[in-house]
Amino acid sequence: MDKTVDVIIKKFNADKTRLMDILIDTQDEFGFIHESAADQISNTLDISRVDLEQTISFYHFFSTKPRGKYTVYINNSVVAHMAGRKDVVKAFEIEAGCKIGQVSHDGLIGLFNTSCIGMSDQEPSAIINGVVFTRLTRFRVKEIVKNIRAGIKVEDMFQASYGDGNNSLEIIKAVVNNHIMKKGPVLSLDYTFGNAILKIIKQNPKDVIEEVKLSNIRGRGGAGFPTGLKWDFCRQSIGERRYIFCNADEGEPGTFKDRVIMTERPRLLFEGMVVAAYAVGASEGILYLRYEYKYLHKYLDSILEEMRHMHFLGKNIGGKKGFDFDVRIQLGAGAYVCGEESALIESAEGKRGEPRDRPPFPVEKGYLGQPTIVNNVETLCAVVKVVLNGGDWYKSFGTSVSTGTKLLSVSGDCRYPGVYEVEWGFSVDDILEMIGAEQVQAIQVGGPSGTCIGPNEFDRILGYEDLATGGSMIVINNKRDILKDIVLNFTEFFIEESCGSCTPCRTLPILMKDKLIKIIEGKGVMQDLMDIERWSGIMKANRCGLGHTALNPILSTLKNFRHLYLDKIQKGVEFDTGFRLEEATKIGRLVTNRN
Amino acid sequence: MNQLIEFRLDGVVCMGQKGQYIVDAASDNNIYIPTLCNIPGIKPRGACRICSVRVNGKLMTACTTPVSEGMDIESKSADIEDLRKAIIELLFTEGNHFCPACERSGNCELQALAYRYQMLVPRFKFQFSKRTVEASHPKLIKDHDRCILCKRCIRAIKDEKGRSIFAFGKRGHQVEINIDTKLSKNMTDEQALEAAEICPVGAILKKEQGFKDPIGQRKYDNEPIGSDIENLALQ
Repeated sequence: MDKTVDVIIKKFNADKTRLMDILIDTQDEFGFIHESAADQISNTLDISRVDLEQTISFYHFFSTKPRGKYTVYINNSVVAHMAGRKDVVKAFEIEAGCKIGQVSHDGLIGLFNTSCIGMSDQEPSAIINGVVFTRLTRFRVKEIVKNIRAGIKVEDMFQASYGDGNNSLEIIKAVVNNHIMKKGPVLSLDYTFGNAILKIIKQNPKDVIEEVKLSNIRGRGGAGFPTGLKWDFCRQSIGERRYIFCNADEGEPGTFKDRVIMTERPRLLFEGMVVAAYAVGASEGILYLRYEYKYLHKYLDSILEEMRHMHFLGKNIGGKKGFDFDVRIQLGAGAYVCGEESALIESAEGKRGEPRDRPPFPVEKGYLGQPTIVNNVETLCAVVKVVLNGGDWYKSFGTSVSTGTKLLSVSGDCRYPGVYEVEWGFSVDDILEMIGAEQVQAIQVGGPSGTCIGPNEFDRILGYEDLATGGSMIVINNKRDILKDIVLNFTEFFIEESCGSCTPCRTLPILMKDKLIKIIEGKGVMQDLMDIERWSGIMKANRCGLGHTALNPILSTLKNFRHLYLDKIQKGVEFDTGFRLEEATKIGRLVTNRN
Repeated sequence: MNQLIEFRLDGVVCMGQKGQYIVDAASDNNIYIPTLCNIPGIKPRGACRICSVRVNGKLMTACTTPVSEGMDIESKSADIEDLRKAIIELLFTEGNHFCPACERSGNCELQALAYRYQMLVPRFKFQFSKRTVEASHPKLIKDHDRCILCKRCIRAIKDEKGRSIFAFGKRGHQVEINIDTKLSKNMTDEQALEAAEICPVGAILKKEQGFKDPIGQRKYDNEPIGSDIENLALQ
């Protein structure tokens, strides 16, 4: 029995529902989850090995094999490619002496791809042993690998200054930059921490919900469900306890606003969780933090500790008798689908992050079977402002259908990437002017699961009535090959991130990717386009939002950039299998010398 | 205790019990909704999506959605039936299904559904996935070629302490069902047989037993899948 593993298991009271924490600590301690550690965990928690492995193998950052003393995860998002990821990967491969997906022979360096890590405004980026490196260049890679070979710890590898704002705090020490480019009512510094809590505890919880309802605020994660209604459902559900979850698992490629909020406005966020707890009568809160943002973990914990000292968390919050609420941070381990609220709950319970069947909804039966609300980081922040200034005040921003503001994560081909807080109703044209984008061919609104629009639609506005978005805005200039550079990468992303539970989501995107490659290679025919359109309806049978939107990259470009597809398909050819005898037998002929 | 409710299925007024899953309520009204991953009596999972129906305009799985008063359910529309056929075809092209050589032929629910939906040539191209046959367990053979990842075995077969003998591994298109090496050693013959029988296809086979019923005398050879329910309506 390994004592270290034993200490880790005991730290979480050998609780099966804390399996994620146990695995994360084990992985961090040894660099991988070795055979005997897995045996020990499964024996102590009394779960079968195969059951344990189904959780381990679900998450990208868990491994049962060594991934190198220094594990390098290089961001594989579209924006990273735009910013020159190819050179960075090549440099890493040359310097480390191994290919991506491998560990160097001496076991020192492992190179792996990873889905968007939330640094789209400072790509190319990578995570090395949990530490984020941004704006990588070939030169910087050489320096890093040199430092690795010299045995320097990743924390000590920074040569330049740390990032702006709180990124330079001793407890964070990250090279990450915030890039807050435009503030609005949510990001505004005109705010005194704790005032919302002190205000609501004098009110009836139902009145707090009414105020939130009055504001018409809708979930900022992308799905746009009315927040007040969600809270009301949860309050009315019967349960022994209620839970407040903050969804800080922003995995939509191109999104990073929650990272900035958690760096610069963590008190506002946690105050929002306390407000929600009071409104629905919850006793426990969980911030589900994506593993990519682990570097903020200690800092966020310190803010929670500070709140406990200030009596804004713990027992009798703000002096209100019987108002007890506390928050813990739950780390994820690399799975986009965990941003879906029921998958997030499953993951927080120590399981594979597979979305649940609904009904029942989380507000009825959520975490550990109890009524649970899951709110986005930005939503919880906005709610504090609603409570402080009133629903009517909030409605003075935005449009009549979409009230308030939205934080946009702007990246791609523009001069000023970063976070912009704009009122709903802003037109795409205005945004492009604001961010310094020229010769724009397309803009990807809402990330891969959203929609790709061209200049003829730039007069459209952001809002639930027109272009609904979770905030990711990726600008694509006219030098990019949309099909090859954008759509193919997005489709591969959804294939990589599917949980594999529903038949259509597990199988169809692969077939669509094959079609796409066939078209890109000039082997496509009209029938392929028709197949794509006809088959896409099958995806509606999937359980969750990922499954419903996984073909959006292809479908939205097929609709809005149809000419790109028409240009690529063969004219006058009705049928083509895509098979080429010459190509297929090339290596064989070469080997047997029968050319 | 049981509260009777009224709902409509393809325009037919039906009665059901409150909280009953659509698929069971339909069956009680002698209407068959095809299923693959569902096992009566065990918590449903909605994995295969074949039982998709349209409830108040939205696609839902009939095995996981409870009926409610006044619910309007669409099941036999042309687009839904084609969706089901497409899912069957996707399963056939995802794995490697050589029916003539399969022990379960005639007892296989996937094959039976393919007959029901008159699948001739799948519209999708075969993926020719590289899969293996695992024969290292004392009582079971796991033929990954035939596995449709429905999770029936995961949900139904547990050891005496409630631990899982079967579980998923990996995610997305790489997902597979694994058997616990330690626990499978202690499986009884009855449990092994139960695991083989719970599998809708021939992915789990009990060792030392094969072709118990000759071809031609198997479950679906003379009685197409769903006909047990539908025949009741004719009587």
